[in-house]
Amino acid sequence: MTPSFNEMYQNGEVRIPYARLEEWTRGMSPALRTQKQAEAEALFRRIGITFAVYGEGGDPDRLIPFDMFPRVFTAMEWARLERGIKQRARALNAFLVDVYGRGEIVRAGRIPAALVYQNEAYEKSVVGFVPPKGVYSHIVGIDIVRTGPNDFFVLEDNCRTPSGVSYMLESREMMMRMFPHLFRENRIQPVDRYHSLLRRTLNSVAPAKCTGEPTVVILTPGHFNSAYYEHSFLADLMGVELVEGADLFVDGAFVYMRTTEGPRKVDVIYRRIDDAYLDPLCFRPDSMLGIPGLMDVYRSGGVTICSAPGAGVADDKAVYTYVPEMVRFYLGEEPILNNVPTWQCAKSDDLKHVLENLADLVVKEVHGSGGYGMLVGPKSTKAEVEDFRHKILANPGNYIAQPTLALSATPTFVDEGIAPRHVDLRPYCLVGETIELVPGGLTRVALREGSLVVNSSQGGGVKDTWVLAE
Amino acid sequence: MLLKVDHVTMYAYDRPVRGVAQSHRLTPSRFEGQKTVEWSVTVTDGTRGGSFRDGAGDWIEGWTVKGPVADISVRVAGLVETSDLAGVLRGHREQVPPECYLRESLATRMDTALLKLAKAADSAPDPLSAAHALSLAVSDAIAYRPGATHAKTTASEALAQGEGVCQDHTHVLCAIARAAGLPARYVSGYLFATSDGVPHEAAHAWAEVFLPGLGWVGFDAANRCCPDERYIRLGSGLDAQEAAPIRGSARSAGKESLTVQVAVQSVQQ
Amino acid sequence: MLSRTADNLYWLARYMERAETAARLLEVGARISLLPTEQGYRNEWDSLLRSTGSADGFAKKYGEAVQRNIESFLFFDRDNPSSVASSITAARENGRIVRTALTTQVWDALNTAFQELRQIERAPRSELELSRLTDWTMKHAAMVRGAIDATLLRGDGYNFLNLGYYLERGDATARLMDVKYYVLLPRAGYVGTGADNDQWMMLLRALSANRAFHWAYGGEITAAKIAHFLILNPQCPRSLITCVAGANNHLSRVAKLYGQSSQAQTRATALLTLLEQSTPETIFDEGLHDFLSRFIGLTADLAVSINDTYLSGDMA
Repeated sequence: MTPSFNEMYQNGEVRIPYARLEEWTRGMSPALRTQKQAEAEALFRRIGITFAVYGEGGDPDRLIPFDMFPRVFTAMEWARLERGIKQRARALNAFLVDVYGRGEIVRAGRIPAALVYQNEAYEKSVVGFVPPKGVYSHIVGIDIVRTGPNDFFVLEDNCRTPSGVSYMLESREMMMRMFPHLFRENRIQPVDRYHSLLRRTLNSVAPAKCTGEPTVVILTPGHFNSAYYEHSFLADLMGVELVEGADLFVDGAFVYMRTTEGPRKVDVIYRRIDDAYLDPLCFRPDSMLGIPGLMDVYRSGGVTICSAPGAGVADDKAVYTYVPEMVRFYLGEEPILNNVPTWQCAKSDDLKHVLENLADLVVKEVHGSGGYGMLVGPKSTKAEVEDFRHKILANPGNYIAQPTLALSATPTFVDEGIAPRHVDLRPYCLVGETIELVPGGLTRVALREGSLVVNSSQGGGVKDTWVLAE
Repeated sequence: MLLKVDHVTMYAYDRPVRGVAQSHRLTPSRFEGQKTVEWSVTVTDGTRGGSFRDGAGDWIEGWTVKGPVADISVRVAGLVETSDLAGVLRGHREQVPPECYLRESLATRMDTALLKLAKAADSAPDPLSAAHALSLAVSDAIAYRPGATHAKTTASEALAQGEGVCQDHTHVLCAIARAAGLPARYVSGYLFATSDGVPHEAAHAWAEVFLPGLGWVGFDAANRCCPDERYIRLGSGLDAQEAAPIRGSARSAGKESLTVQVAVQSVQQ
Repeated sequence: MLSRTADNLYWLARYMERAETAARLLEVGARISLLPTEQGYRNEWDSLLRSTGSADGFAKKYGEAVQRNIESFLFFDRDNPSSVASSITAARENGRIVRTALTTQVWDALNTAFQELRQIERAPRSELELSRLTDWTMKHAAMVRGAIDATLLRGDGYNFLNLGYYLERGDATARLMDVKYYVLLPRAGYVGTGADNDQWMMLLRALSANRAFHWAYGGEITAAKIAHFLILNPQCPRSLITCVAGANNHLSRVAKLYGQSSQAQTRATALLTLLEQSTPETIFDEGLHDFLSRFIGLTADLAVSINDTYLSGDMA
């Protein structure tokens, strides 16, 4: 593995975007640091920004670790990322409209039919239905890693309901409260337009039957969900109701919410629950989270669901390999952001390569998320690698593999002082009538030394992400 | 053949319910084998909701009943002119790619016995004969015996048991056709069948298999034949649940009891 | 507002009030166990449990009604839905669900109570004196209530919170009085005796109303005075009439806000009229127990109406 790119120091020199932070850290005594860290924690706890960890007992209201050392991009770096992200978001949506319509990309032989049409995430029930403005994925979270000054790779796409944007906004809020002078000294582009852009995006995809100002709601699985804080945070910022399935019901051709003043029609549902739970009359009949009859209203144009049911087929890890192809096919452009080279264990040549090089690769489940069910070859014991080999052999189609990338590192406050830790980036691209992207995103940091896993459920933390003005 | 359908589904609840929602696949498909002369669906105390033709070509209609009500009846009545296309679903407009119907569902999950049964297709010279061979294999493997299985019996369970009703025949046929690489789906509809003097259940189900050159072709393993002018096609899905003519739920449901009466008669022209 | 939001606010308030009631009971119970009475302390504890409707649940789990068990049951026990711990946890959970309908101050007060509760639960019982537990509960109940009054927008959420408080409080007062009169009193001959007076004092104390009572009435404690104070005196913060008037007021505000009158409001107004037209004499003519039972029933009907009209979302 090549040594990783340090975003702050290069050849003993401080890179330009971090120039002023050098001074800042020198001026920060351990005592001040401890005090600021405690302050940040108290603030997070007070506002209730916590997350629950899957599959663990313990404190259900654990705080996500927040690192005060920001991660910085220059305006130029960002301009390229922005173009690449928007390009990708457009291509992904074009793909979704296509595969639920005529399937040109499949007919053209640019992606295997089986991969799309036999995919569990391909939703047969919405074939032929075009959602308002032709948008399936309204919030596209694209996970990006960096390996060099100009080398960015897309690790995966999240077309369903990417989470974490509340951390992006709260991290900024926290930094501005604690270190206002940093914002005077560095010209940092604001991210606080996000919620109004999100609201505008959701408004813009209201169904044709909706006249007047659309009523938007956020649909949450409930307060036991690990991302509940985020759901209520976004609802509050946008000034929309946060509803659970039982708050909504279908009457005739529309969806309504139960209010103290009687039923109120709902036009746009930003849902944070999976397709399978949306409507027991169309999907899982045992679902208690959903709204019976919702899909009939949706498919007859009475309500918009964001992201659109079926959007998941675009962010499947096996389909991911073909995203650059989508960019070329639908947009006639070359992809600005590259994929990480990926081997699909479903293909026998690829499988052979993967099994031969297992100890050097990262292997992921095709439908997995959250950093679960994955193997990081170089960080695993021999026994773990062998164990995984059996899993892959049992069901090759369920796995893809990628080289272990030397993720870039940024300075991070750790017990011993400041040390480089690996980071990734998740920007949130909003797709409605227009495509919008606030300058920034969620930087996740692997707080354990040497770790490459940035997921909050696996010991990852978050940082504020700065994009400097020109 | 001019077929007259009268189909009533009665839901009775032990205490009044609110918030009933239903999704119907209760309208005859549009293809060359059947022409709807008149058709109506009504739900007592119900409000007709959104309706549309889905990607598989089915007419879907949502209904809601606000309640509280102690019972609900769904009445379907109409006249359909049918003709025999030897099972071929000619002129049916749909957009769902046939490959979608290679997927398993809960009720049609594969097991070794099903795989073994799927070998019936191995010696067939072409897909059409393969489909016929599979359908016959199902007819032989499962004896028609009402009451032997229930609504949630899977293909695997039905085959193990060796008996069942049309739903089970269809699940097994779908499962093994897919295993043999042929897209297959579950079709629900009505059957007019008094010609042999034996009364049959008029609500019926059969399978459709996608065959290159022919498109979707129906196979009724329960009756060892392909659908003809005695059949009225309503809708399809990966399995019985997806293809169900009525899917519904009630918000405050207690115990529900269901009565179904279906009559399909031939009308003299 | 969403019906579920209103429902959570309403229950948040009910649970906070319920926590306070449990604490009051504990305090009073501890105090009377110090008094020599003919029944001995055990029976008094039993009576207290009866007022919360949980005597059977207690007997099943703990058997003997000794102070430590009662403390466990009324303060710590999560199996007892009316314990301080259960009530505060439930209130906080209700608050968490509707976090955005609360101000930071209200949430802070609620969350602090919950976090401290967890510390208390971890502390060795030997370090927890009863008075500390009851003071703690009352303090936090007051802080939540104060934060609501001081910071919350006077919108529909505020009204639903107050409906919860008033209904729970009215119900608690009625039940406590009923226990006193129906359960504590072993035979009619007790009326007017020293034991009877002690018990009335206890009741007033449970309602933090003993000093207020003396200021208002002076002299001998009589059943008529007590009934007047706790049922009919609008100056007493926990009297039935105060609670019903409060509920009625908030229902009127909701109706005005929504431009829609409701069955709940009609019921609250009728209940208020009933109380306004009652006198201690008419109450005792009917029989205090019968009157209180009727009141408890009517309050429950009112709660059902509120639920049907606003909280269930089935109105239409």
